[in-house]
Formats: sequence, structure tokens, C-alpha cells
Amino acid sequence: MSQSGPLVKIRNIHIEGRADEIWLEIVRNVDLDLDRGEVLGLIGESGAGKSTLGLAAMGFARDGCRIASGTVEFDGIDLIAADAVTRRSLLGKRIAYVAQSAAASFNPAHKLINQHTEAPVEHGVMNRTKSQADAIELYRRLRLPNPEEIGFRYPHQVSGGQLQRAMTAMAMSCRPDLIIFDEPTTALDVTTQIEVLAAIRDIVEQFNTAAIYITHDLAVVAQMADRIKVLLRGDQVEESDTRSMLSDPQEDYTKSLWAVRSFRREQKPLASPQDIPVVSVKRVAAAYGETRVLNEVSFDIHVGRTVAVVGESGSGKSTAARCITGLLPPVEGTIEFDGVALPPDYRQRSTEQLRQAQMIYQMADTALNPRKRIGEIIGRPVEFYLGMKGAERKERVEQLLEQIELDPAQFMDRLPSELSGGQKQRIGIARALAAEPKFIICDEVTSALDQLVAEGILQLLANLQDSLDLAYMFITHDLATVKSIADEVVVMKNGEVVETGPKDVMFTPPHHPYTDLLLSSVPEMDPDWLTGLLQRRGVDNIGDAAVDKMESR
Amino acid sequence: MNIVISLILWIVGICVAGWVFRAVGQRIRFPSERLNIYFRDMPLMVGIGFMFGIVSLYFVFHFYFIEKVTFFVWAVQGFVVFAISAWLFLMLGRNVGTQMSRKLFREMPATASFGLLIIIIYSLVAVFAGAIAPYGQEEIFEKINVLPGGDPATGGDPRFLLGTDQLGRDLLSRLIFGAQNTVGIAFLTTCLAFLIGTTLGFLAATLGGWFDQFTSRAIDALMAIPQLIFALLLMTIATAWAGSNKGLITVYMIVIIAVLDSTRVFRLARAVGLNIVVMDYIEAAKLRGEKLSYLIFREILPNAYAPLLAEFGLRFCFVFLTIAALSFLGIGIQPPLADWGTMVRDLSQFINFAVFSPLTAALPLMAAGAIALLTVAVNFVVDWMLHRSSGLKE
Repeated sequence: MSQSGPLVKIRNIHIEGRADEIWLEIVRNVDLDLDRGEVLGLIGESGAGKSTLGLAAMGFARDGCRIASGTVEFDGIDLIAADAVTRRSLLGKRIAYVAQSAAASFNPAHKLINQHTEAPVEHGVMNRTKSQADAIELYRRLRLPNPEEIGFRYPHQVSGGQLQRAMTAMAMSCRPDLIIFDEPTTALDVTTQIEVLAAIRDIVEQFNTAAIYITHDLAVVAQMADRIKVLLRGDQVEESDTRSMLSDPQEDYTKSLWAVRSFRREQKPLASPQDIPVVSVKRVAAAYGETRVLNEVSFDIHVGRTVAVVGESGSGKSTAARCITGLLPPVEGTIEFDGVALPPDYRQRSTEQLRQAQMIYQMADTALNPRKRIGEIIGRPVEFYLGMKGAERKERVEQLLEQIELDPAQFMDRLPSELSGGQKQRIGIARALAAEPKFIICDEVTSALDQLVAEGILQLLANLQDSLDLAYMFITHDLATVKSIADEVVVMKNGEVVETGPKDVMFTPPHHPYTDLLLSSVPEMDPDWLTGLLQRRGVDNIGDAAVDKMESR
Repeated sequence: MNIVISLILWIVGICVAGWVFRAVGQRIRFPSERLNIYFRDMPLMVGIGFMFGIVSLYFVFHFYFIEKVTFFVWAVQGFVVFAISAWLFLMLGRNVGTQMSRKLFREMPATASFGLLIIIIYSLVAVFAGAIAPYGQEEIFEKINVLPGGDPATGGDPRFLLGTDQLGRDLLSRLIFGAQNTVGIAFLTTCLAFLIGTTLGFLAATLGGWFDQFTSRAIDALMAIPQLIFALLLMTIATAWAGSNKGLITVYMIVIIAVLDSTRVFRLARAVGLNIVVMDYIEAAKLRGEKLSYLIFREILPNAYAPLLAEFGLRFCFVFLTIAALSFLGIGIQPPLADWGTMVRDLSQFINFAVFSPLTAALPLMAAGAIALLTVAVNFVVDWMLHRSSGLKE
């Protein structure tokens, strides 16, 4: 084992992916050095090649990809030239990987601890009993609740944040020299994310493990990494240590990333109490079977205003939207539209009532029929609601495409799969607009998008609201989005409205303790933010632990 | 006992040879670095596989050139001819036609092009049977049991290239007309089965609730009875109903097999439909207030084409085999209509002559071979389509 030199040394690496019979370069000529115990943050938009590069550090290329040229050295061993036996002896033992979705990566048929002990036993690092004891110790260090017992559960029996920590523990099981974290907190709520971040950072420091931390969230990487490397479409943009990268970015692209969260709309004046709201949710309760998921939910949405509904996953914000649309008829309470009560079930509503309330979905991939052309997707509501046919319909679709800033000639005959994520989301917006509604529900419309793209979508929605006087119900868990677009905010937790009010009031203290917890859990660009927060509140007053405490109070 | 011992010896021998092969390969330094790495990383089973391949090749040569087993020679020759024609067809498709069709052929494996070729030939034969066949399917000649080959020295007759059956009907003509009857009826039946199965399956997936429960349980009940036995039972009843009207029997048969096979289609359509119904675009269409027919035919169906098409190929084979089986048992397609299943049954006793006179035994084998060839061809195409639609690896 050579102790000198960097732990990972990647030189002039070119990685190619196969698309439609030809090989395209995904990563071009990137160098990467990583010292022992160092954490390198890889950031970039989706498609920048950051995951591919991360995997290449293990000498591995996904199916349909290949390492075309370049070298990858791990501790002096050339991973690309190494034979299967050597590579197998390294992976899992000295190099470990933590995937984005722990829920999809754990085998649902085995208990956590059995999956944990697999690598150490297989590699002959420890025997099963010792490894189990070690697992419990790791669970304790990662501050998982009931460390003695949690390993004996199946993956579906623990929460997402806990699963992600269990996976980190698993990666640690052989005390590797290098761990690759591939967006480990992207799928988590803010309060859970912060807990996982704190746990990962601690354990990486304790064992002096080197790590490559892949993410698209700049604020997160600022907390975790010693050094940051920025990628753009397979090319390296720049690299420097975290502090200087944050304070003094060199390249224009990096600066634009840093400036992303600048979009902000002034709060509109409050609607006068006499005005009839477009949508009024009155003491609504809903249940799935026997389980109550909503209780006494009330809020109003006025013409031309945006109401942001905020909360963690499971707080009932999407369920509230399902009640408004009529997909889940409420068991109690009413939903009024322009002062008239709507039938609870969408099947009993008139076409006119259905037309007035439209919805934009989180996942544009599943919201657009993959077998239909764009012209057909947008044209259908035009024809269905407004009865336009032939040339008239085509003209209207073209008009709509222009409204969402896409070129009609170019996009009319494409399939959804031929569009980028942001473009798909725009088509979703156009489909909603095609019905010429008064009210649109936006269900996490930006959470699957890159920050620059998301910003464009928010801007578009704001412009459309101004020109068409639309009312939005904006469901999100991202408080930065709320800050930029909302007029009023509704905070939900466990199916109840915790706090509600105009945006400016909501973002100035004092808050409801839960709102406070949500707000304080949003990572900031400052690299000392996490450390500071932990010092101020202590490890037990962040994340799930804090939520639990609040409930027991 | 001797066979068992020699079999064990062969297996042990092959295993040892495989190990030696790998060990030797690892010791030798080849000039090519890739070959070196290949041997270094070779699992033992691959080495054994190589040896097994060599032994198999040896047996092929042995039986082909030295013992000259007639059927084996035919099989090898047939295989070579088909492989060459499939390859030529593939090359043709890659170089002729539009951009789209060329791309399709470039991505196509040789097996799929073979299957496609066979299917095209069969459909051409079926469509133009009347023009291609030298005689009518019911024409009876004075010479019975003429052997295939057309060589008078071996008992053939140049007028009847594939010989005649025990009533003196020309077998080549009957094979050609059989394609029309068997394949045509099978195609019709499969279409009907799909119409019933997919409609009910999608309805069950979209409506859910009691409709889903009712149809699913009814289908379960139908599936609980072994298919062939059930078909036999129903066909017996149908034959009694139809009386002397032979055309009616065929209609009954189509309906019975279609209904029985639609149960499998229903299961698939429902499962595929359930996965599509939960998509957001279906929810969006529902919230728009779309009617059920629009949901099923415009939103769900286009997304279910790939698995349904693959199932169509498979189902076609099963329907085809069921018809052949029923005809073989005497209650399917009624004589004098030519049908491959009936032909196998009528000539089946000649298989006993295989040892003395391979040509005689070939009489029933021709119809059986026609069935087998089509089944294999359809499956090759289906495999390829499944591969394309699902990105399946193996």
C-alpha cells in the first residue's frame, strides 16, 4: 500500500454513452485528484456527467456507457486495467457507494442488518457476529433511533431519512478509504436532509474517509465538501476549495449557478375580505379508507394570487389538491368555486366546472402520454372544452406554444420523449392553459428540475398569472420557491394547517415552532451554516428528532 | 447401465478437458494482450463450454459425413439453407428501402430476420394458395402413397413432388392449401381472442371495483379447467349442434378457441392496463371529463401496444397449435379441407417406417415440420419485439 500521492487519480478521462447507434461523449477530458480524508463536491445540472464521473472513480461504467480513454488510479492501482478479481477485492471493501434512492437500492426481501453484514463477511473483514455488533455501533454513531433494534427491520419499515443513514452505515461497514455519495439527500425533506447531512459529515470525519459528494444543490455541497468541482455538459468548468469557490467564482457559468436564487416577486396586495375567492376550501377532512389524512383544512385562493402550500412529505398537501380536484371526495367540509359549492366527486362535476380548475404535475414524464405528439396533447383540451377543430384548433395550439415560449413549428409534431425536462413541464403548463381555466394547481412543478430550468418555469408561471389573472395553488416543499413566487403561505403538518398568512409576514419572525423548524432547515450557501446550526440547536434539535419532540410537547 | 457409465465418462472428460484448456490458455503468453486477459478472467464453466462445443461439433461431423443419418442430414441442410437465406434477407433489408426500414433491419438480429422471412413466405403462400398449388386440395389421383422426392427409382413420381396420401391427393397442394386454412383460421381466432380479451381487460383495469372482480373471477373460473380438455368438450357439443353443416363447425371452433384464449389476453391486458391507469396523464384525462372509450382506446391502448403485440405473436402460436391438435383429434377443421393437423394424423402411421425407409416416414413429418417452422419463426420475431419494447437484456 503506497501512502504517498493522492488516493484517487483520474487523468484525461473520456467516457462515452451509446445513443441511437453512435457513441457520444458524456465526460470529456476531466482530471480528478482526491487525497485521503478529503471530501470533493461534484456539482452540475442533470446531464453534466457528475454521476458518470463519480462511478468512473470506481473504475465502473453504467450499462450503455464505456470509459473510452484515460486512467483511473486508486491508491496506485490502475482500476481500468485491473482484472475482475482485483477489482472485486476493492469494491465494497475499500471503495463504497451510496445511491440516491436508498429505498430503491436496498433489497426489500432482506433485513437491513443482513444486507449490512454481507460485504464484511464476503470480503473476510469480519465474521457475521462481529459485523453485526459493528453495525449497531455504526447505527448509533449515525444517530438512528433504537440502534439495537432498527437493523432487524425490513427496508419498508423505516423512513426515507433513516434508510439513507442505514445505507451510509452499510457503506462504512468495511471502513473503506473512499465513499461515493450520489445525491444522497435529494429525495428527502429539508428537515430529514439536515439530519442525514450532519450524520454523513460526522462519520466521514471520524473515520477519515475520503468522499466524492455528488449533488446539484449548491447549499448542500457548501456544507459537505472541502473542495468543489463544477461540471457542465461533460466538461470541467472550474475547481477550487469551497470557501474561495463560494466567495470568488471565476467562470461565468459558476457565477450564474450562484446567482440562481435571485428571482423574487413582490407580494401582491391582499384581496379585500368582500371579494369572493376563486377557490375556497372550507373545513375539509379526507380519509383513505379508515385513516384520516386531512383534518379541518381551510384556506382561500383569490383571483390573480398564488397560495403556496408548504409541508413535508406526508403532510397532506397533495391530498388537499386531490380533494379540490375531486379525485378524493372529502368526507367533511365543502370546496367552493366562485362562491358555489362544487360536487365532491369529479365525476359529478360539469365539464365547465372541470375546465375551470386545471392541474400541472410534478413529474412531467408521467403527466404526458408518451405515445402522443405535442400538438395532440395540447390540442385535445382545446377541442374537448372549446370545440375548436381543424385549422382553428391548430392555430390555438400554436398560440399556446408561443405563450410558453416554445417554437410551434419545431415542437408541434414531437413526442414527449424528444423534449428535455424543462420543455416537458412547459407542455404540461400549456395543456392546463389550453382549457382557459381560472385556477391552476401546481403540484411540485419545479422539484424535478435543475435550478436554472426551474427558475425559467417560475418566471413563466408568474408572467402567465399577470397576463391571464390566474389563481395558483402552489404545492411545494422548497421554501426558496415559496419565497420567490407566493403571495400567501399555508403551512401544513400531519394533515392540518399549522399556520397561514401573507408571505412577508410568514418570513419574518416570530413563527409557529414548526414553521421555524422548516425555515431553519433550509441549507444556506454559507459553509459554516450547518456547523453553526448544530452548535445553536444541538444534534437532537434538528430533523425528525425535533419534530418528535414538538409532537410530544 | 453402459449408457449411464459412458455418459458420466463423457461429462467428466469434458470437464477435465475444459479445465486443462483454461489452464493451458493461462500459461501461454499470447501476442495479443486481449487474448491474455480473456484467458486470465475466464470462468471454469466457459472453458468447459468450449470443450462441449468442440465435442458437439465432432458429433455433427460424425453423423453428417460418416454415418449419414438421413433425418440428421436433412436437418443440417435445412438449417444451413435457412441460415443463408435469413442472412441474405437481412442484407437485403439493410441496403434496400427507406431510412426507417434500414435502421430497423440494422438493429435486427439474424434470428428475427429469419422469423420475418418465414412469416412473409407463409403469408404469401396462404394468400396465393390457389395460384401456387399444382392441383386442387380435394383432387384425387389413382396413385396412392407416392413417396416424396419425385424420383421413380425410390418410389416417387415427378408429377407429385412431395408424393400423395393414402387417398391419392397431392401432398404439396394440400400443404399449400393447409397454410391457407390453418394459418388463416388461426389468425382470425387470435384477432377475435384479442378483441375480447383486451376490451374486457382494459375495462376491468379502468373501472376497477365490482366489474373488475366479476370479470376477473369469471376468467379465473374459465382458466381453472384445462384448456385442451375444455375445448374438446365444447367442440363435441358444438359438433352435435352443427349436425351435418361442416362450415358451422369451423365457426364454432373459432369462437370456442377465441373465448378460451382470450382469458390469457385478459390477464395480460388487465395487468398492463393497471400500470398505465395510475399514470398522471390518465388522471389528467379523467379530470378533463373524458369518456371511457377515449380513455381506453386513445390513452391506454397506444401505451400497451408493445406487450400486446408480443403476446399476439405467442398467442397466435398457441391458437395455431390448438387448432392443429383439435384437427388431429378429428374435431377441428373438417375434411376434405386440407389442414396440417389432420395431415399429421392421417399419415401418422408411416412414422413407423422411419428405420427402413426415411422417405416414407417423411410424409407426416412435412406437415409437422410446417407447423414447427412457423411456431419457431413467430417466436423469434416476438422475442425481438419484446426485446425492443422493454429493453430486456437476455
